[in-house]
Parts: sequence; C-alpha cells; structure tokens
Amino acid sequence: MKTIFEMSSPGRIGYSLPPIDVPASASIPPNLERGGKVNLPEVTESQVMRHFVNLSSLNYHVDKGMYPLGSCTMKYNPKHFENLARLPGLSGIHPLVPETMAAGTLTIMHKLAGFFCEITGFEGATLQPAAGAQGEFCGLMLIKSYLESIGEKHRNEVLMPDSAHGTNPATSTLADCVIIGVKSNEFGEVDPDDLRAKAGPNTAAFMLTNPNTLGLFESRIEELTSIVHEAGGLNYMDGANMNALLGVARPGDMGFDVCHLNLHKTFATPHGGGGPGAGPVTCTAELAQFLPEPVVIQNKDGSFSLSKKQNSFGRLLAFYGNVGVLYKAFAYIRTLGSAGLREVTENALINANYLKARLEEYFDIPFNNGPCMHEFVLSGDRQAEKGVKTLDMAKRLLDYGFHAPTVYFPLIVHEAMMIEPTETEGLEDLDAFAEAMISISRECDEKPYLVTDAPVNTPVLRLDEVQAVKELCIVEPLDEEVQ
Amino acid sequence: MFQVIGVESISDLLKSIPLKYQLKKELDLPDPVSELELQREFEEYADRNAGADKICFLGAGAYDHFIPAAVDHILLRSEFYTAYTPYQAEVSQGTLQAVFEYQSMIARLTGMEAANASMYDGASAAAEACLMAMRATRKQRILIAGSLNPRWADVVRTYLKRTDFEINEIPFLEDGTLDLLIAAKLIEDGTAAVLVQYPNYFGLIEDLQPLAELIHEHKGLLIVAADPVALPLLRSPGDAGADIVIGEGQSMGIPLSYGGPYIGFMATRKKFVRKMPGRIIGRTTDRADQEGYVLTLQTREQHIRREKATSNICSNQALMALANTVYLSLMGETGFREVSNQCFQKSHHLQQKLLEIPGVSSVFADTPFFREFAVSFPVSSLEIFDRLMEKGFLAGLPIVELGEGVMLITVTEKRTKEEMDLYVKSVSEICGGNGR
Repeated sequence: MKTIFEMSSPGRIGYSLPPIDVPASASIPPNLERGGKVNLPEVTESQVMRHFVNLSSLNYHVDKGMYPLGSCTMKYNPKHFENLARLPGLSGIHPLVPETMAAGTLTIMHKLAGFFCEITGFEGATLQPAAGAQGEFCGLMLIKSYLESIGEKHRNEVLMPDSAHGTNPATSTLADCVIIGVKSNEFGEVDPDDLRAKAGPNTAAFMLTNPNTLGLFESRIEELTSIVHEAGGLNYMDGANMNALLGVARPGDMGFDVCHLNLHKTFATPHGGGGPGAGPVTCTAELAQFLPEPVVIQNKDGSFSLSKKQNSFGRLLAFYGNVGVLYKAFAYIRTLGSAGLREVTENALINANYLKARLEEYFDIPFNNGPCMHEFVLSGDRQAEKGVKTLDMAKRLLDYGFHAPTVYFPLIVHEAMMIEPTETEGLEDLDAFAEAMISISRECDEKPYLVTDAPVNTPVLRLDEVQAVKELCIVEPLDEEVQ
Repeated sequence: MFQVIGVESISDLLKSIPLKYQLKKELDLPDPVSELELQREFEEYADRNAGADKICFLGAGAYDHFIPAAVDHILLRSEFYTAYTPYQAEVSQGTLQAVFEYQSMIARLTGMEAANASMYDGASAAAEACLMAMRATRKQRILIAGSLNPRWADVVRTYLKRTDFEINEIPFLEDGTLDLLIAAKLIEDGTAAVLVQYPNYFGLIEDLQPLAELIHEHKGLLIVAADPVALPLLRSPGDAGADIVIGEGQSMGIPLSYGGPYIGFMATRKKFVRKMPGRIIGRTTDRADQEGYVLTLQTREQHIRREKATSNICSNQALMALANTVYLSLMGETGFREVSNQCFQKSHHLQQKLLEIPGVSSVFADTPFFREFAVSFPVSSLEIFDRLMEKGFLAGLPIVELGEGVMLITVTEKRTKEEMDLYVKSVSEICGGNGR
C-alpha cells in the first residue's frame, strides 16, 4: 500500500484549530530556528481514515480469530474495558496534580496492588513497570538492593534454565549480572542436581518461569527454591505463564521471593500490536522496602498518597506506570472475582490439553509425560523429514485463517511450535484449529509444496527478511517530496 | 473434552502441582460485578478525580494538548489493538507499515536518519540512549544536564546503577542555560555521552551546537531529549549535531491518563542503527516482488541475542506509536507547526502579562523558551496553586527548590486568551491583596 507520505499533496489539511487569540509577537532567535519543513504529510481527515482503516484490514487480530501464540496468552479483550479506561475523569488526569485530586485513580491503583499481592501470595507490589521485561529488571534490582543491604553485594550470578525467555538473560545483563545456565532434565524440568552444582556464594537469583516454557509445572519446585535459598540467593518467578495458576497456586507459597505479571497476557489487557503492556511486580515484605518510587499508600484518614520507600532502588518511568492499562486489569479482576479467575485457569488448562490430545497422533510432542498446563510444545521433526520446516507450517496456518503458534521456542525443542489456545476459545474454534493442523500435517506428506510455498492467501507473500537487513530501509526516503 | 484428554476431572490436570502448593482457599477478592455495575463503579472513581476537569497550565513532562477525534477511532479498531507484536509479517502489514511511517515521522522531526519502533516513555528512552552511547563508544562515563527533568534523571540513574558506569551532572547558570565552561572541564576522552534536554525542564531553549562540538572533540556522543512539539519551530537536534535523539511522545495524540501509557521515541544516525535498542521495522519485498514490511535487524534483540542483546525490551508501546502517527498525519505539516506556534505565542503572552504584575519576575531572565516558563511570585507558589484551584485552574508546578514563589507554567494551544486573562487577574488579586 502507498505510504501516507506518498498520499501527501501541498495544501491539504486534516485538522481544525481555533485561530490564535493573542498577539503573535514573539519570535525564535535565528540561530535556534528550524531551517526548513519537517516534511510531515499533507492529507485530509478522510484520507487519513481510509489509509489507516485500509492498513488495519491487513492485520490478523484476536477479534478475527484464534491466536495460539505460546506464552503470549492472546485471550479476548472485553470491549467495555476500553470505554472504562477512556472515561474523561480517568483518561484526562494529569500525573502531577495533588494526590487528593486523583483520589479515584489512586484508589484503583491501591486496590489493584492488593489484588496482585493476593493472587501471587506476596506482601509488596509496584504497578510501575511498563512491560514484562521492565518488571524483570525491577525484580532483579529489588534482589540486588536486598543483597547489598545484607552485605552480599558481590553476588552477581543469575541462574536460569536453558528454556528461559530471551528477556531473562537480556534483563540480567541490564542489571549488571552474569548468566549461569541450568540444564533441563529428561522430563523437561529444571535438573535439581545441576542447579545444586551451580548455586553458590555468588548466586544472586534464580529466574524461573513456572509453568515453564514447555507448559509444564516444575514438580520439584520446593527443592529448586530451597537449593537457591540455601545458597543465599533469591528466587524470581517470571509470571509470563501465570494464566496457568490463577486461584490454583501462588508463587509466594512456593518459595519465590518476587515475581512479575504480564497484564497484557494474564489480565486480558490488549496487546496493541506490541504494546502498551504492563508488568507489575509483587514481592515479599523483605524486598518491598526497595520498591521503585513512588508507591501508592493509604493514609490513616483513608486517603491515598504517592510515597517513596525509604530504601527504594530508584525509578523506572517518569510517572507511575501504564495507568490506562492498569484500569483494564482492575476491571478484569472486578468482573471475574475469585471463582472467575480460577475458572479462567481451569478452562485454559482444559483447552490446551484438549488440543494436545487432538494433535498428538500427528506431531511429535517431546516431554509428553502427562497433562500439560496452559500450553504445550510440538516438534516439527517428523514433518522436517519431508523437507517441511516448522516455519513453513506456521506460514501455512495463516492460509487456513489462523495465526501461527510461537515457533522455534523454547530453544531446547527442535522445530518447536508452542501452542497456547487460552480459555477464551470455544470448542468449535479448538476443533477448527486442530483440523487445520492435521490437514497441514497431511499436506506435508502428500503435497509438501503447498506448505513450503505458504502463505498464499495473505495480503503479501513470504517476505524477504535477508533483503530487509541488507538493503536496510527503515524510514521513507525524503527525496521525492522535497521538490 | 475430558474424555478426549483422557482424564476425569480438572484435578487430574492439576496433579503436576504438588498438593502442598495447590491453593486450598478462595482468593480474597471482592465479589464479581456485571458490566453495568462495573461501569457505575468506574464512573464513581472518575468523579473522585477532581483534577480531571480543570483548566490545565500544568506540564513538566506531560501536556494537555488537543487530540482530534479521528485518532481514537483508529486506536479502537480491533485490527490494531487486539493484534500481537507483528512476528508473522504476512498477516501484520497494517501494524508494520504504520510503525514504519511512525519511524519516518520521528526521523523527520528530529532531523535524524533512523528511528526505532518506540520505547516505554521518554525517561526510559533517555536511560536506554545512555546505555546505547556506552555500547557505541565503549566508554563508561555519562554527563547529564542539571536542567534535565529530575524524574528522567532518576530513571537514568536507576538504569545505570552499575559497577562499571559513572554519571556526573553539568550545572546550569543563572539564566538556566548550561555552564559550558564547566561542561568543557567535565567532558574528557572517557565520556561516552552528554544528555541534554531541548527545550530543557524549565522550557528554555539553548543552542546545542557548542555542546555537540565539545563532546565530538572527545569522540563522545550528544544525546538530546527533545520535545517533539517544539521541533517544527526549532532547529532540529540532528542539524545541531545530535547523535541520538529521544523524547516523550505523549504530546502527539495521547491522553494524560495519569502518566501512562505514554511513548518514548528514539532516533539516531545511520551508523549507530545496529547499536539501537528495541524493535525496528524495515521495508522489503515478498516472493512476488511486492513491497512489504518486516521486523528487521532482529539479531540485536533479546529473543535472538539473549544476554548479548542491545536491550531487554520486548513489548513496547506500539499502539501509542500508532496514535502518534495518526495524530501527525491529521495535523500534518501545517497543523503541527500551528500547534507549535500557538504554544509558543500563547506561553509568551501569558509570561508577559504575568511579568507586568508588580513583584512577579522571570526566574531565568530573558532566555528564550517554548510553551513552558518559570516565574517567581511574591507569594508562595503553593498558595497561588491552591487559590487558582478554587477557580478551576491547575496553575502550574510549584518548584519550591528554586524559591518559595517559583512556578513552572505551561501554555498549550488549548488555552484561550480568556483563561489567561483570568489567570493573570487572579494572580494580580492574590499578590496585590497580600499587603505589599
């Protein structure tokens, strides 16, 4: 499609502003003045609407169909939450008004922090992190601050399994730590012996996603978290897969010291095509004294204030987090309550296990020793023998009208396809997806070219990523408009 | 479904969780409510936000600008807001092309050659820019301007709380501009970058070029935290010698929403693109040679590069980038310049009128400013704030650290002459009635 710049024509406008009602007598000193145009497009409002509506029609999205991206928890986003977050009283409030003038928002934030503590089994919370990765950074900073406070500043090793999300090692680097890999055992779980061998006097933290990225609950969790504690380190839970645990089990009860939640996964806030998310962190009372500033506290008279913890490690964002996202997560918890949240997890588990059962005849499933939690990982090894890669099957799914699963992750599974249906898919949708997968597996045997040529029913065909890097074009060139 | 799975009940699916850790109680959460009840509950919360319907002269990093209705109509399209990160490019061309256009607009505004797909907010973008400068120069020292938004400085310090890094501050002079003599002493061969805000926290505009020359002499980088609304009028940071330009994009079509979600932008020169954090969208072609867009240079990123990634960022603020893109498309070349000029003219008008009140003075002499300025009232700025509140105004941000009467006042294009007249009249009454 043409870019908005290519639609530009001098003199067209898409805005209306009141005329300036004061004398326009001030001027910018010449040495500080902009030399030329910005070269923004000149288009009408109707052109803008058509352009972006036409662009939107090129997207796959949850309201169109199933989006079984493993570990991304692409569940339905209730529509009225969008309206609630847009109430002028909530969306129109400046972050620096005195706290008494933001009492409604602060009430929501305070209650929400309490909900998250209850759901995860912890005592302290911050809503500030803008995404899961920033939550991880926050968690490691809490751990480092705590270790420093007890004279253990030298501890800089973060242990993590080889199945960890990429953000875990990247966050550890950001937090100035060294990564120590821990092996998985034949059951796809962390090998306690390897963890024991690697935990020691330099261990700062053990970062674990539970259920792990194979969709398996770490059955020896008590042993794992104890090993780390005995070595003097703390346990961090990556809450990416919290959709498997709502009302069923709590990180705080299992020996974890801190965890983050992904509201754009577990708590039904929309992904927005890649954000904004939110990655609140909950932690033990011991770690809470180091939470980033500010935190919402309730005063004796019942009012709320923003306050700084005495030993706060600092600040992650200019303000208090992605508040507009927090509103929606609050609405979600208010809508479901305790029983509803548990039902979310139960249905997520049932849906994942149902799909796994329907597919296990047609695909290899490594580490398949019983039920999975909210997701499972297939291997495309069997199909690879026919010359069809997992990437091809992912692209073929697009032709069938589905989004692809997460592919080539976790790294410990060959040709991995990680499938998470979520609780908001009905039986008909699950069956349709299973049929598509089965049909593709047949195509791999009978007409593999259909799969390797895929996708063909999409707005564009398979795109050349190598060319994108080689002939790097990441902004619209200016030349043709300048004249 | 249980039959197909081969189990009898849900408890069979939960059995991998040790019994000890299976929650035996109900979570202590309030009883669930229906859509209608929830709407009433939220309306109550909204009503308790007394600060929401005030006439806003408060800025300091978050600004009350006009947002055309069409922006939200686009944001509310399921096709955009319920999509995931565009990993499957063939079914994500909408998001990909929109973000490509966003990158292009940011590059044009800042006068740079490249931009990424967004960061969390301006402050975290500033921190990531410092880390990027250290990677690009292999040096460990950062200098930040004393006139940088203090919240942003806190975020930079938090991100750089590492054993191998060092941060120092360049102080500002009485006129609010940076002390270049001290800067010249502080900048040395080990300096990775200088981070300066443009216009600065107090709204003041200063020439970036001398600073750019100073830091370039020592092979360090100039990072500019730019206010995008000022850029249609001001010399672009790229033109003045910046190597990395970051900033807060909230002013371009994003509501105040108590501080978030906002968006950080980041732009740089071509030669530093591979050092940049975050997602980047690139143009390419498909098997039929049609144009299309993909996530590119992914080998910088955490999901490929893991501990060697340029950043840990994964989810960014994509929908906010879309808001910026739709906003800038609607306002366009003339509209965005008009917004910029109205902010500039109206803020000067109010400053002038306030300075005519006996006892009111400019904090930073006659240093040029944009949209935001600091004045010193002869009475406490906290008192002025409270008294103007009674008239429905958010009068500004009292900065008592600079003096008891100091207030940082913002005037956007939304403010009218009538509102400013009332502001001036009220201040005049308060100051006059104070027995001076």
